[in-house]
Amino acid sequence: MAETTLPKITVALATQPAGTPTSLIEVQDLSLSYGAAQALKSISLGIGEKVVTAFIGPSGCGKSTLLRCFNRMNDLIDNVRIQGSVKIAQQDIYSQEVDVIELRKRVGMVFQKSNPFPKSIFENVAYGLRLQGITRNSQLAAAVEESLRQAALWEEVKDRLHTSGLGLSGGQQQRLCIARAIAIKPEIILMDEPASALDPIATTRVEELILDLKKDYTIVIVTHNMQQAARISDFTAFFYLGELVEYGTTSKIFTNPAKKQTEDYVTGRFG
Amino acid sequence: MAIQTHFDKELSDLKEILLTMASHAEAAVKNAIEALTNRDYDLAQRVREDDTVIDKFELEVDEMAIHLLAKAPLASNLRLIMVATKISQNLERVGDEASKISNRARDLAQEAPLKLTLDIPRMSNLVLQMLKGALDAFVNQDPTAARALIPRDKEVDALNKQIYRDLSNQMMQDPETITRCLNLMIVAKSLERIGDHATNVAEEVVYLCEAQDIRHTGKGSSAALQTEMEHKRAV
Amino acid sequence: MTSAGTTTHANDFTGKKGRRFRAARIDWASLLGTGATGLATLLIVAILGIILGNIFINGLPHVSWRFVSTGTATDMFDVNKAGILPMIFGTTARVILMTLFVLPMGVLTAIYLTEYARIHSPFTRIIRGAVNNLAGVPSIVFGLFGAGFFVHFIGRGMDSALQSGGAIVWGQPALIWASATLAVMTLPVVIIATEESLRAIPQGLREASLALGASKLETIIKIVLPQAVPGIMTGAILAISRAAGEVAPILFTGAAYYMRDLPSSLHDQFMDLGYHVFILSTQSPNVDKTRPLLYATVLVLLCLTFMLNIVAIFVRAKMRKKARMLH
Repeated sequence: MAETTLPKITVALATQPAGTPTSLIEVQDLSLSYGAAQALKSISLGIGEKVVTAFIGPSGCGKSTLLRCFNRMNDLIDNVRIQGSVKIAQQDIYSQEVDVIELRKRVGMVFQKSNPFPKSIFENVAYGLRLQGITRNSQLAAAVEESLRQAALWEEVKDRLHTSGLGLSGGQQQRLCIARAIAIKPEIILMDEPASALDPIATTRVEELILDLKKDYTIVIVTHNMQQAARISDFTAFFYLGELVEYGTTSKIFTNPAKKQTEDYVTGRFG
Repeated sequence: MAIQTHFDKELSDLKEILLTMASHAEAAVKNAIEALTNRDYDLAQRVREDDTVIDKFELEVDEMAIHLLAKAPLASNLRLIMVATKISQNLERVGDEASKISNRARDLAQEAPLKLTLDIPRMSNLVLQMLKGALDAFVNQDPTAARALIPRDKEVDALNKQIYRDLSNQMMQDPETITRCLNLMIVAKSLERIGDHATNVAEEVVYLCEAQDIRHTGKGSSAALQTEMEHKRAV
Repeated sequence: MTSAGTTTHANDFTGKKGRRFRAARIDWASLLGTGATGLATLLIVAILGIILGNIFINGLPHVSWRFVSTGTATDMFDVNKAGILPMIFGTTARVILMTLFVLPMGVLTAIYLTEYARIHSPFTRIIRGAVNNLAGVPSIVFGLFGAGFFVHFIGRGMDSALQSGGAIVWGQPALIWASATLAVMTLPVVIIATEESLRAIPQGLREASLALGASKLETIIKIVLPQAVPGIMTGAILAISRAAGEVAPILFTGAAYYMRDLPSSLHDQFMDLGYHVFILSTQSPNVDKTRPLLYATVLVLLCLTFMLNIVAIFVRAKMRKKARMLH
């Protein structure tokens, strides 16, 4: 007998529209300038919880700048002026009462060029935990193992935890940095072109890792590799010259973008 | 290093949907022929309804395919997605043909049975075998089995021609039977089309496994194919 | 294409198959360069060798255990009776004390300039300028500064606050003031060396630390400073090397012509090797008799400087090794 029900399709074609009330990060009219140069112009968007959101766009379009607003790393630069608001979990992170240190414990970051400390692998991962006052070795060891397992690095390094983190390959170093970031269990992980300095195999591993992490963390990733954005993200935002041009589900952006500018960029017709 | 990535999982989901669609299509053909042979009106009706399910599957496969293509797959992954869309298209047509057969079966069931021995059962068995063979070749990634069934389409064509001749004779002898004969001609035609679609699926399987496009060569054997290919390359 | 003058192309670059790649004439420019630079190096090594050799040959016979382990009770110009232990002690003490003063001050200043100060503010530029100019001040000026500021201003001030009855304890030349003066003199060296090593640390490490929720101070203490230690030690080594042989800054701030005993507290004066060399060469009644003593003293001074450097270099090497093996 013919069935009339379709089998369950496990591919999650993202259907949640962007900017809904379940946004974890809410950006409203954000403008940022370094001195005279304006890097961000009136950006408004909402980033959903426990999904991967990708920021794409040509060099200098402001995607990294916006990313760094989420953990206030832009504070480190002189002459930065910000207007508008960034709310994480409904709290304005630029307000006076917010402790930047606490913010950064909840919003972690992985950088383009992997930057492990010149310490042992163990101490690298334990660094953030020690900052929070955890000093008991048993606790640290358990947490370090869990983070390294989550970062798909445990099997490779479990026998040399006390050797230098700098002795690992590029891809392993980047995974170490990811393990270090997730050790303190942030809610959000920001990734600034995490795989751009890696070879294809290492890149695939990092991408797989991001797909695995998605179920526990909210991830925002800046990438200049559009196929990567298509592979791993649920939502994509396209930026150009400091403006948000288009923001939608990854499926839509890469198969049928609404704006011509997006279409031109995605098909490589841009300069 | 052969770990199953998230993408691999999505590809196997695609294959799963395709196979489910295939089983629906096979069932549709079987049921349509059964409805015809047993003059079963209700079964014919159900085949018609099931066709909408098959159509929905084609839409689903295409949507998945474009979603997967955006991720820039390469090599066999890329071929799989291409082949999946083509196979689903062929299966959808098979469903349509089965639907047509069941429509004719419905009409024929309401009239008196025709006293004429035709090769329709033989033809339908052959066609069902080809369809199953092609789908098995897809599941098992077996290009040799796929190639082997392509020449059988000739048999199907021959049977079709024979049935036409028989029915033409019948219609000339007894004009009362024209409506029924015409219906049966349509059935034979549909079966022939299903045979073609099964052949298409087999060709796609060869492309998937060997990256060789053997469509429109009219030849199914490897030897003839090789000389054909060499000739192409030399030019 | 070949023409009459050249033969066939060589298939490799050895030029064996043809004349094409063989040098037609000698490369005079390279030869001259190698020769001139080599000669200069040889000259410097030769000069150094001559100086050191001269001192070594003339001084070594007169360096005895008694010489380096006792003080002079009677005639310090007599090679058989003189002892320079007090001078060795004094020089070593002031160098060590100077290091204790200059390292914290220099390192903290360097940290401020590198990590906290805004790069383009006029205030930072003033500080930078001050540090650079300090490096060029003549050492005798430091001596006078030390006498005026440390000995008179601070020392006398301490006395009037702490001592009763007008007693002068701190308001006179003393070990502590000499060391402080030397610290001020070597401050630029330590600041610049520390700054260099701090700047060499990639910004990525600081960012990584901050992104994990560390404060700026925690980042400096846990990540930046440990990495900068070898550079800081280099600064210390440079400071020690310079200070060990300096005489002018300690002339008015603590060096004594003669002391019977070793200095027992920070407010005591001390005898000094460098100063003693000066004394021997200018105050001696019998120049010829004193000459061997002079050589011996200079030899000991050089050895002491050398050993202080070695110790500092050793400490730095150990720290580098530790950094490489990580904690």
